[in-house]
Amino acid sequence: MIMKLIIAYVQPHKLSDVKRALFKAEVYKMSVTNSLGCGQQKGYHESYRGVDIEVNLLKKLRLEIAVNEDFVERTVKAIIEGSKTGQIGDGKIFILDLPECIRIRTEERGNVAIG
Amino acid sequence: MCIKLKTVLVCLIFAAGFAVTASTTFAFQDSVEDVGSSVAESVDMAPEPEVHVEESTDIESITAAIKEQLQTNINIVWTCIAAFLVFFMQAGFAMVETGFTRAKNAVNILTKNLMDFSVGSLAFFFVGFGLMFGVSNGLFGTTLFGLSGVEDGGDWSWTFLIFQTVFAATAATIVSGAMAERTKFVSYLLYSVVITLVIYPIFGSWAWGNLLIGDNSSWLADLGFHDFAGSTVVHSIGGWLALAGAIVLGPRVGKYGANGKPNAILGHSLPLAALGVFILWFGWFGFNPGSTTFGDGMIGYVAVTTNLAAAAGAVLALTTSWLLMKKPDLSMALNGALAGLVAITAPCDGVSAFGAVCIGAVAGILVVLSVLFIDFVLKVDDPVGAISVHGVNGLWGTLSYGLFSMNEGLFYGHGFKSLGVQLLGIGTAFVWAFGLGLILFFLLKKTVGLRVTPEEELKGLDIGEHGNEAYAGFQIFTTE
Repeated sequence: MIMKLIIAYVQPHKLSDVKRALFKAEVYKMSVTNSLGCGQQKGYHESYRGVDIEVNLLKKLRLEIAVNEDFVERTVKAIIEGSKTGQIGDGKIFILDLPECIRIRTEERGNVAIG
Repeated sequence: MCIKLKTVLVCLIFAAGFAVTASTTFAFQDSVEDVGSSVAESVDMAPEPEVHVEESTDIESITAAIKEQLQTNINIVWTCIAAFLVFFMQAGFAMVETGFTRAKNAVNILTKNLMDFSVGSLAFFFVGFGLMFGVSNGLFGTTLFGLSGVEDGGDWSWTFLIFQTVFAATAATIVSGAMAERTKFVSYLLYSVVITLVIYPIFGSWAWGNLLIGDNSSWLADLGFHDFAGSTVVHSIGGWLALAGAIVLGPRVGKYGANGKPNAILGHSLPLAALGVFILWFGWFGFNPGSTTFGDGMIGYVAVTTNLAAAAGAVLALTTSWLLMKKPDLSMALNGALAGLVAITAPCDGVSAFGAVCIGAVAGILVVLSVLFIDFVLKVDDPVGAISVHGVNGLWGTLSYGLFSMNEGLFYGHGFKSLGVQLLGIGTAFVWAFGLGLILFFLLKKTVGLRVTPEEELKGLDIGEHGNEAYAGFQIFTTE
């Protein structure tokens, strides 16, 4: 079976909703990192000691989830369910082909290593 | 400046020298008189010692005057040092509140702490102090606004004013923690003005109104209400206002789940919170021992009772959290130390050292139970535990005087009289502060608005209210 890597950028405060939705869809494995980014949402203005600063990199979270093909749709659905508000800035999901996956502890490869 | 210093030094040396000579003369005269009187008895000659007596009263009165002057000055020095220690408690509050809340609201809470002291100092100088300590009309003071009528210079009133100002600001700053992470900045400023302008001073005049003008009417004090350094006057007033504020505001986004269960919203820096508690503990050595406003051995005694209660509070809060939650919880132990300090504030001068340990121990248990009760049962969101520490334990501390006081307490066989008066004071403080607090915050809610938008709350008040970040250049994991 083909393996996919799902990368999603979501609003930081939506993480708990996304996690809840993923757990409901029986997706228990993920990596989450902090990230900064800009898109349609543009930025906002900060000021420091009277000087204006334009901040156009906004705080986002990056989720990485590696799945076998049969899990792709439900994972994507869960991420959308958890993070969609309909406002600009909700984020994006990318799906990439994943050529190989190795579980270090057992040295298993491929589909069995992902699950 | 330099000349002034020199004159003071010379005066001091002179005074000290004089005191030494005077005392040796006395010792010498005593022995002479002894011999003289024994001689007089045998030979029966009367007038001679009378001259001696006159000379000695003259020296006595001079010595007494010097002693009094020295005592007055040491009182002023001690009260000022204590005031500066209590001022430093503002730093403690700022660190505790910042540490117990999230990084995205740090700038906001620090600004609030800076401003409630600054706004409060001005409001208290121009209005509050007069309402609290001026010549009373029976309900509040009517003179001494901006210390009018008091000569600029070394008058005791100035020392007393700075000491009372830092107390008023302490009451004001308590509320900031309970209303953290969601209050509109401008509403908080307005609240700060009102508490130091009216709410704190008027209640204060009922309990402490006769501290500056001795024959002022001060109805709670006249009844025998005892609040030595302000468990009720400062802490409960702040605590009950905090309760009113937190109720009118409502909980932070995400504090209560759909099932009504409270979620933990982690503070971002326990090191800052711990530093803050140590600073507060340190400052309390000005708060309680300073309230003697008198340089003598009571400073040390009150320092001991204060320290014992704080220590017992920390130990018992830690133990209680250990038993209830299976782990010794630092944040609860920190709250416990503060709870012990708040509780011992009212009775610190009138209880035994053992009594102080008991009062602090009860405070330590009480604060943990109270935090859980407010979180789980009342469902009022108090991010730093201000209501439990200051409101509830201010109440307990004031009540404990009626039980543990060596002169008036129930446990020392003096009956219920003091306990009753303490209860009356506690009740009055609750009705006054909680009632006015509800009205004030409700009015603010209806006019300028009390709370920021949910979007701003999620993004953080630092950016929303101040356009600033506390930790620029750091990666902060903001997930709630």
